[in-house]
Amino acid sequence: MKITIIRRISQVFFFALFVWFCIAATFGQAMWQLRGWPVNWFLQLDPLVALANLITTRSLYSGLAWALATIGLTIVLGRFFCGWVCPFGSIHHFVGYMGSRGRKASERIDVNRYRRAQKIKYYILFGLLFAAAGGLIAYFCELSGLNPVLPVIFFLAVAAIASLSAKSVQGATKISTAMIALAGVSAVGLFGRLDGVVAASLQTGLLDPIPLVYRSFNLVLLPLSDSAFHFTSTVQRHYGATWLIGSIFAAAVLLNLYIPRFYCRFVCPLGALYGILGRYAIWRVGRKSGKCSGCRLCDSRCEGACEPGEQIRVHECVLCMNCLHTCKDDLVGYHTFRSASGEVTDPDLSRRGFLVASLSGIAAVPLIRIDGKLDRNWESTLIRPPGSLAEPEFLNRCIKCDQCARVCPTNVIQPDEWNSGIESLWTPTLNFRTGSSGCQMNCVACGHICPTAAIRPISLEEKLGRGPFEKVGPIRIGTAFIDRGRCLPWAMDKPCIVCQETCPVSPKAIFVKESFVTVRGGSIDVAGAKGAVIELARPTIQADRFGTGDFFVLFDSGSSKMRKRIVSNTEGAITIEHGADLSGVKNIELQVRLQSPQVDPERCTGCGICEHECPVSGLKAVRVSAEGESRHRKHSLLLK
Amino acid sequence: MSKKIPKIPEEAARAGMDRRDFIIRSVKAGAALAAAGGLGYFLYDPAGPGPAPETSSLALPDFSIPEAGKKIAIVTGPDRAKSVNSGLKAVGGIETFIKKGDRVLIKVNAAFATPPALCATTHPEILSELVRLCLAAGAASVAVTDNPINNPESCFELSGIGEAARSSGASLILPKDSLFSNLTVPGANFIRNWPVLLGAFQGVTKLIGLSPIKDHHRSGASMSMKNWYGLIGGRRNIFHQDIHTFIRDLALMVKPTLVILDGTFTMISNGPTGGSISDLKKTDTVIVSTDQVAADAAGAVLLGKVPADLPFLVKAEQAGAGTTDFGSLNPVRVTA
Repeated sequence: MKITIIRRISQVFFFALFVWFCIAATFGQAMWQLRGWPVNWFLQLDPLVALANLITTRSLYSGLAWALATIGLTIVLGRFFCGWVCPFGSIHHFVGYMGSRGRKASERIDVNRYRRAQKIKYYILFGLLFAAAGGLIAYFCELSGLNPVLPVIFFLAVAAIASLSAKSVQGATKISTAMIALAGVSAVGLFGRLDGVVAASLQTGLLDPIPLVYRSFNLVLLPLSDSAFHFTSTVQRHYGATWLIGSIFAAAVLLNLYIPRFYCRFVCPLGALYGILGRYAIWRVGRKSGKCSGCRLCDSRCEGACEPGEQIRVHECVLCMNCLHTCKDDLVGYHTFRSASGEVTDPDLSRRGFLVASLSGIAAVPLIRIDGKLDRNWESTLIRPPGSLAEPEFLNRCIKCDQCARVCPTNVIQPDEWNSGIESLWTPTLNFRTGSSGCQMNCVACGHICPTAAIRPISLEEKLGRGPFEKVGPIRIGTAFIDRGRCLPWAMDKPCIVCQETCPVSPKAIFVKESFVTVRGGSIDVAGAKGAVIELARPTIQADRFGTGDFFVLFDSGSSKMRKRIVSNTEGAITIEHGADLSGVKNIELQVRLQSPQVDPERCTGCGICEHECPVSGLKAVRVSAEGESRHRKHSLLLK
Repeated sequence: MSKKIPKIPEEAARAGMDRRDFIIRSVKAGAALAAAGGLGYFLYDPAGPGPAPETSSLALPDFSIPEAGKKIAIVTGPDRAKSVNSGLKAVGGIETFIKKGDRVLIKVNAAFATPPALCATTHPEILSELVRLCLAAGAASVAVTDNPINNPESCFELSGIGEAARSSGASLILPKDSLFSNLTVPGANFIRNWPVLLGAFQGVTKLIGLSPIKDHHRSGASMSMKNWYGLIGGRRNIFHQDIHTFIRDLALMVKPTLVILDGTFTMISNGPTGGSISDLKKTDTVIVSTDQVAADAAGAVLLGKVPADLPFLVKAEQAGAGTTDFGSLNPVRVTA
């Protein structure tokens, strides 16, 4: 069997597996639903997720260790993931192949030539990684400040490495650049601290293909295609910000019709990382001998645009193996020696470009954060899922894969747009209007699916504040506030209290204040009374309106005011419940019994079920905002 | 920066080059594998982050001088500088408290960006005199600090405190973010892992609280203990929900060398901001004490209040921070 056939089988298998994981990430008990399927597996295999999290948190969380397997294989084999595993890459591969049908071989050779712009993806990678490295830089600076010996030791160590290993001028230049940068940071550490200036923000998820493809499938393709069948959800799932997610996905896919694997070649930061990791690969694609007719047919089906017929650009090769078969003279192979026609092992990056990319990455985070959105100007509409870390730590981990939004049974978890800050784009926020309910009390699905613990895998006990967590209390994601200007009982004298009824906390976090209020035009003259029937002086009231059980008649019984429930009414008469003597009463007041809701902030967890159920369906009369959320003491509303 | 490996024309020479290149490459690949594996192994975190920590091990030192004993002096007189001089003499002299080489921190009340005449803040005259006395007693340095309610720079400048500190030889410590660290006060209800202006206490050996006596609508009075509120950072306004318990926490947090209350004028209405001369009453009193609870109990008299009117006084006393029965300390009453 040809190796390209095996590659295709591998691509189909992993793509099908990925689609299966997207479907299986459905909350439920059925075999096909989320009950142990490793739906995060591709995210965990992704070394960019692992590396970026390692840089921001200085730790490797649980399943992210899978990335070590990918890294190991890439170091030995080269960019196998791109050509054999990546579901996004397989889509590009397929669409690019379809787009090449009808193109002449010369056109295909032309479209698959190496372009200098393929370097852009490395700059993207460095920009994103250095944006994630701000915390590490500040940490190193702080260490130098605490112990001035450290930078000296470090400086000597780097100098020693440099003098031992830097045989070439280029190598020495690189190391000296790094040394100067580190010495600079150490020097700053001796005088001050950087943690107020530079900070980390994990933004790799914007362009990392694995979170991107998860996000696009789960929030756009799946809900759209399922709207005809309602297989994965009973009611239609809705997601915000999807116009952008969908447009980026569509653009990335359609660009393959112009240049195959456009995204992989020019944009993909993961591909760039693999290119660097595969630098010393034991096996590599290359020419077996120097004799070549120069027909360039090897380029005609080349996926990576890596010029296998000439000096192959190893870092661009995605191991599609097409050149092994398109070469008529069988000159190309995958073997342990370097190409007979020579290799280009390094992406042709300029020091200038590297500095611009890395400094831009470092500078971008403080540039964004100067807006104070992580400080006093915090966004109270940003409600994070229960168990989410405090905002800076959250942004250190979240890769915008939106698996939490996918798994959330009620669809309240939504990808954020940029109103809570550009850094927050596509990270999870709760919208209680969109979903089928609020955040369900007895559900902790989001924290358990989160591949990076940006949402901690909390237990039900911790969420509900039971058992060992009794003293701390339940996890709050915000607090409900009643808008008395919109609430039916408060503003319009209409009985309602749906919010109070649906409050799931026990005892309820919403309680009511009872009052009797005279209705508009409710002071009425009486002609006379016969038993329980009151004849009105004029037939002025709407028939059948006051017999609902919520209305009462208030009258002066001689010794005191009495209130009796109305059973029924016509335009000119009111029948009340028995047990009252209205003889001699000249005037009555028609009253409505109101229960006006109030929130007990000590009990409210911000689950938002009240907001979801509030019948004021536009701008709700009870709304949750993030004040009081457990993850931020600075957002506390109450003393605990 | 690209590294181009040239074509090798000679097939025979290639085999040897290939072998050498392969070995070098394998060693480098192996090193990369080992580095990735090692890093992954050492940084592996199976559990992920837990809930935020509840406590901090940081604390404020005890600045009190037990040998000096529990003392209180109540000075009558219209001149702040003379009064504070007499008051300090009456409790044993400044030398009892400030020794040669001491680094003194004076916690003023600079809460508002208002002129000294409104007496919503520590008066610059009494501050200047206190700084002068400390330096005369041999203090190596005197610093003045507060974390005000209004904008810090505005407060220090408009209240005259900044100028008073500079001209008398003290330094001013503004409440920079970096000066706050989380602190837990043993036995406190609310000051648990909460940001406190600890950085201002770097190297400090003596602490003096210097505050005006003011009406305060929420707590009843703002004096020595309430003045420590200005050492607190974070969203401290939530503590107003239980302010008496919080002031008790403050009294547990801070063990000062001395507290000085300036009641030359007392703000008797519209506190704690005041805003008008008509909110002030001329009471011609300065109180100096080693016991902050006793000082505040004595200051309450100027507001026409007794300890029972001010629950924080009773709570602080019950917590062991001092006595509300200032008479039991045999107050020295002098006229300046």
